[in-house]
Amino acid sequence: MIGWSAGQIWLIIIVLGLATFAIRFSFLGLIGDRKLPDWMLRHLRYTPVAILPALVTPAILWPEVTGGQISTTHLLAAAATLGIGYWRKNSAFGIAAGSATFLLLNALI
Amino acid sequence: MAIDTTSRKAFWRGARDCGPFVLVAVPFGLLFGVIGTEAGLNIAQVMGFSIVVIAGAAQLTALQLLLDQAPTIIVLLSAIAVNLRMAMYSAALASHLGAAPLWKRALVAYMNMDQTYAVSVVEFEAKPELTLTERLGYFFGTCLPIVPTWYAATLAGALLGQSVPGDWGIEFVVPIAFLSLVAPALRTLAHIAALVTSVVLAIVFVGLPYNLGLMPAGIGAMIVGAEVERRMGQP
Repeated sequence: MIGWSAGQIWLIIIVLGLATFAIRFSFLGLIGDRKLPDWMLRHLRYTPVAILPALVTPAILWPEVTGGQISTTHLLAAAATLGIGYWRKNSAFGIAAGSATFLLLNALI
Repeated sequence: MAIDTTSRKAFWRGARDCGPFVLVAVPFGLLFGVIGTEAGLNIAQVMGFSIVVIAGAAQLTALQLLLDQAPTIIVLLSAIAVNLRMAMYSAALASHLGAAPLWKRALVAYMNMDQTYAVSVVEFEAKPELTLTERLGYFFGTCLPIVPTWYAATLAGALLGQSVPGDWGIEFVVPIAFLSLVAPALRTLAHIAALVTSVVLAIVFVGLPYNLGLMPAGIGAMIVGAEVERRMGQP
């Protein structure tokens, strides 16, 4: 890769791998079978619905492919994924609806 | 023997419940393989990322910053920031699997990903009567459709390399996949409140560099979800 030696790339892979494992292991490794307090469990229940939307919001509102302009295609595909996934209570339906909407609008517009 | 049978049943139930997420692992893995190879990584390095790091969003973040010629420390810190959410997954899994031996917890940690975590915790909360062995069986079952698929899809993508057209927005599969994980989890008003908070705070913090807005947005949304639940007296 331009600008990077093989050693630098492998250093990044290994350090990132170790740090990621440390994060994944953190509570599993330290806490063992001690019971977590109720207030903490109440917060942890919301991790997926709290983190993942924040992770994808910028990519949906300001997609790189349009140079950061708001895109109807991306917004509608995201809405279809959430709407159908929520209605059917099923992720596969959500992905299918979102991808179909995206490809269809991309072909039409 | 009876325990063995029920844990094996739990394993296959986990594999089946997580099965639809093959639809996430395949495009993500292909995507990383193709983009990584096009960016100039060799196949060993592309596979190194998927086996050693085994975290799609962080791998894509690191790749983008490598292409941007960012300093090494920024590449590492940004990709690590994307993965900080896994500390919360670790805590959630620890409350269900914390009694397992250390080496099993280490194995769980290696495969602690968005999909395996989300599917497992939904099951563990719905069925508190499951034994530890069944829970472990179920968790490792959820890994079956994801982890080998992730390696294989990355390899296929790397081999495909430049023959895949990259200009029709295939990268949008990534947010679609993440959203599809969220939609079925919106079971109560508290979940919806957390989602809305998450999106609003992500927009508020979008100016922060290196994905640093992800943590305040996520933590803020968790607090809102928990508070709505507490006030409404929901389970």
